[in-house]
Amino acid sequence: MANHVIAENYVDFYKEKGKHTGLGAWLLTTDHKRIGIMYLVAIVTFFLVGATLGFLMRLEMLSRGRTIMDPQTYNSLFTLHGLIMIFLFIIPGIPGVFGNFFLPIMLGAKDVAFPRLNLLSWYLYISGGLFAVVSVFLKGGPIDTGWTFYVPYSIRTGTDVSWMILAAFILGLSSIITGLNFITTIHRLRAPGMGWFKMPLFAWALYATAWIQLIATPVVGITLALVAVERLIGIGLFDPSLGGDPILYQHLFWIYAHPAVYIMILPAMGVVSEIIPTFAHRTIFGYKAIAISSLAIAFVGYFVWGHHMFSSGMSDTARWIFSLTTFLVALPSGVKVFNWVATLYKGSIELGTPLLFCMAFIFLFSIGGLTGLVLGALATDIHLTDTYFVVAHFHFVVFGGGGFIFFGALHYWFPKMFGKTYNEKVSKAALGTMVIGFMLLYFTMFILGYEGMPRRYYDYLPQFATLHIVATVGSWILVGGILVMIGNLLVALKKGKKASMNPWGGRTLEWTVPSPPPVENFEEIPVITHGPYDYEYNINGDSDKMEENYH
Amino acid sequence: MNKSAETIMTDKPVIDQHLQGEHEHKDPVGAKMGMWLFLMTELLLFGGMFLIYGTYRYMNPEAFHSAAQELNTIIGTFNTIILLTSSLTVALSITALQKGNRTLSVLLLAITIAFAFWFLINKYFEWSHEIHNGIYPGSSELTNRTNGEILFFGLYYVMTGVHGIHVIIGIVILSFMLAFIVKNKVTPENYIRLEISGLYWHLVDIIWIFLFPLFYLLR
Ligand code: HEM
Repeated sequence: MANHVIAENYVDFYKEKGKHTGLGAWLLTTDHKRIGIMYLVAIVTFFLVGATLGFLMRLEMLSRGRTIMDPQTYNSLFTLHGLIMIFLFIIPGIPGVFGNFFLPIMLGAKDVAFPRLNLLSWYLYISGGLFAVVSVFLKGGPIDTGWTFYVPYSIRTGTDVSWMILAAFILGLSSIITGLNFITTIHRLRAPGMGWFKMPLFAWALYATAWIQLIATPVVGITLALVAVERLIGIGLFDPSLGGDPILYQHLFWIYAHPAVYIMILPAMGVVSEIIPTFAHRTIFGYKAIAISSLAIAFVGYFVWGHHMFSSGMSDTARWIFSLTTFLVALPSGVKVFNWVATLYKGSIELGTPLLFCMAFIFLFSIGGLTGLVLGALATDIHLTDTYFVVAHFHFVVFGGGGFIFFGALHYWFPKMFGKTYNEKVSKAALGTMVIGFMLLYFTMFILGYEGMPRRYYDYLPQFATLHIVATVGSWILVGGILVMIGNLLVALKKGKKASMNPWGGRTLEWTVPSPPPVENFEEIPVITHGPYDYEYNINGDSDKMEENYH
Repeated sequence: MNKSAETIMTDKPVIDQHLQGEHEHKDPVGAKMGMWLFLMTELLLFGGMFLIYGTYRYMNPEAFHSAAQELNTIIGTFNTIILLTSSLTVALSITALQKGNRTLSVLLLAITIAFAFWFLINKYFEWSHEIHNGIYPGSSELTNRTNGEILFFGLYYVMTGVHGIHVIIGIVILSFMLAFIVKNKVTPENYIRLEISGLYWHLVDIIWIFLFPLFYLLR
C-alpha cells in the first residue's frame, strides 16, 4: 500500500553534516527536531527520577511507623516529587518534546519562528533542572514545603527554599520563551493556504497552551521571587508578623498554578485529537468545536483558581462563584470527550498502541474530571480537602491525563522521530500493566481519602493499613509497566525495523515527509488546499506522491 | 496514483518561503510580535506586584498615605522627566537610522543610555537618603512603625528595585545596539533589532509612569 513506502536517498536530520560535529551538533543546534529530542532525553530522565521518589514514598507507606525513612525525609520527598513532576516533567513535557519536533512540520514550516531562542529555552530548562538538583545538596537540606511553597512556612523553614525558587523562576522563563515562540510560529509560519481552521488540532492546542504560559507564568514568577526576597531581607509582603497576608500569596500562586493545570492537559488533548482520527480512519467529528473549546478552557481556566482555597479563608460569595466557574470548565472538556467518542463511532477502528493510550486517557481522565467536580462542590470539599482524595484526583488528571498521553504521543510519533518501529505486543502489555497498577495505586486513594487519610503524612492509623498495602503493591506494578514500556522503546531504537513514511495512515503533514525527516523538513513548502483530517477526500494517502520528491 | 493529494507540491514560488530559512531568518513582523508578547509578560510580572500594592493599600490606607509623604517627590519628578525624554531620544534614534543617518542615530542612542545612567544615579541618591534615615527592610527604625508602613516601604524597595533591574538590562541592550550600528550589523535597511529594543525601552518607561504616581503622588 502507498502508505508503507520507506523513503531512501535522502539525508535525515540525524545524519546531516552541519556546522558542528559530535556533541556540538546537538548542544549548539538550532534545529527544532534536535531540540525536541534533547528535551525528550532530559524530560524522561526527570520523570524517572520523580517516579523513583514516588516509589520510595509508597514503600514508606507499606507499613505503619517508620519503614524506610523518617518524617523529614518524607516531607522532602513529596516536595521534590511534586516539583519535579510538575515543573520538569508535565509542564514542559508535550510542548517541549512534541511541540518542538512537530509543530513546524505540521504547519509546513522549516523551523520555529525563533530557532535560537528555542535553544536558549532548552538551556534554561536544563539549568532550572540543575538548580533544583543542586538545592537538594546544599547545607539547608532538601526543601520540605510541599510543591506549593505556601507561606509563612516557606519563609520560616531552614531548608533551601530560595534555590528551588530560583530554579522554578528559570523554568518559568523557559516556558514563557517556548510559548512566545510557538505563538509567533503559528501566526507567521503556516504554509500557504493553511487558514486557521485548516490547522491540525494539536497546533490549536499548543496555541491555547502557549497563551496560558505567557499570561500566567509571570505572575507566579514574581510571587515566588518575592518569597525568596522575603527570606533574604524580610520585606514583610507575605509575613503575617509584618502585616503581610499569606492568603494573598495563595491567591497569587493559584492564579498561575491553576491555569498551569491546563498547560498540562491541553497539549495532551491536542495529541488525542490527532491520534483518534488516524486510528478511526475518519475525519474528526466537530473540528471547530474542539479547536474553540481549547481556547474556552484556556479562558475559563483563569477564573477558577479560588477552588484551591475553599477552606483557607474566603468570603462565601467568592466561594460559590469559584465553585460555579469550576463547574463551567467541565463543559468544554466534556465537549472534547464527546467529539472524540463521536469520531470513533462508525469509524474503521484499528487498535494500535497509540489509540489504546487514548482509551486509557479517556477512562482515567474522566474519573479525574468527575472527582474534580466532587471537590469543586463546596460541601464535599470541606470534608475531602487535604486528604488522599485530592492526591488521587490530581494523579488521575495530570498523570492519567497528561502523563499517559505524553507516552501515547511518544508511541504515536516514535516511528517518525526515530525512523524505527517498536514491538506493539510488548507496548500494549506494558500499557495494560500500567493501567492496572495505576488503578490499584490511586483508586484506593479515593477510598482512603474519603475515610479520612490526610495527605503529606508519613504514617497512618491502623484502619488504613490494608488499603495502603494495596496502593503500594499498585505502585510496584505501575513502575514495572513503565520500565517495560521504556525498555521496549530502547530496544526498538537499537533493533527496530525501519519505519515507513506513514505507518499509521495519518493525514497531517508530518506523515508526508520521510521518517526521520530531513533537516529542512520539506523540499518545498507545501501548499494546503483542505482540512487536516480529510479522509473522504483523500482515501489512499499521498505518501507515494511525496515519495517521488526524494528519488 | 492518487491525484487528489492533500498537499500539492508546486513549483510556483511560495509566499513567505524566504522567511523560513534557518539562519538568515528575517521576519520583522514576527520579530515585533515576539517582542510585544514578551512585553506583555513583563507587564504581567509587574501586574502581580501592582495587585499586591492595591490590596495592601486597600487594607492600610492611612499608613500608605503617611509613608508616601517621606518620599522625595522632586527626585521622583525629575526621574520621570529623564525617562520620558529618553523614550523620545530612542524613538528619534530609530527614525534617524531609517532615514539613513547613522551618526545621528548613534548619537541619540548614546544620549538615551546617558539618560538611563542618570536615572540610576538619582535612584542611588534617593535610596541612600532613605537608608541613611534608617528606613530599609529589617531596620530597627522601620520595624517599630506600623505594619502598613513596613509594607509600603517593602513594596517601594521591591518595585523600584525590580524596575531598576530593568533599566540596567535596558542599558545593556541599548549598548549592544549602539555597537551593532557602529559595526554595521544594524543598518538603515535592517533595523528591526534596534526597533524592538526601542519597544523594550518604552516599556521600562511606561512602568515607571505607573510607579511614580503610586508611590510619590498618591498621598
Ligand atoms: C510512578 C509514578 C508516581 C507515584 C508512585 C506517585 C506517588 C505519589 C505519592 C505517594 C505522593 C504523596 C502523597 C502524600 O503523602 O501526600 C505523591 C504526591 C504528588 N504527586 Fe505523584 N506519583 C507518581 C507520579 C506522578 C506524576 C506523573 C505527577 C505529575 C505529573 C505527580 C504529581 C504529584 C504531586 C503534584 C504531588 C503532591 C506533592 C505535594 O504534596 O506537595 N505524581 N505522588
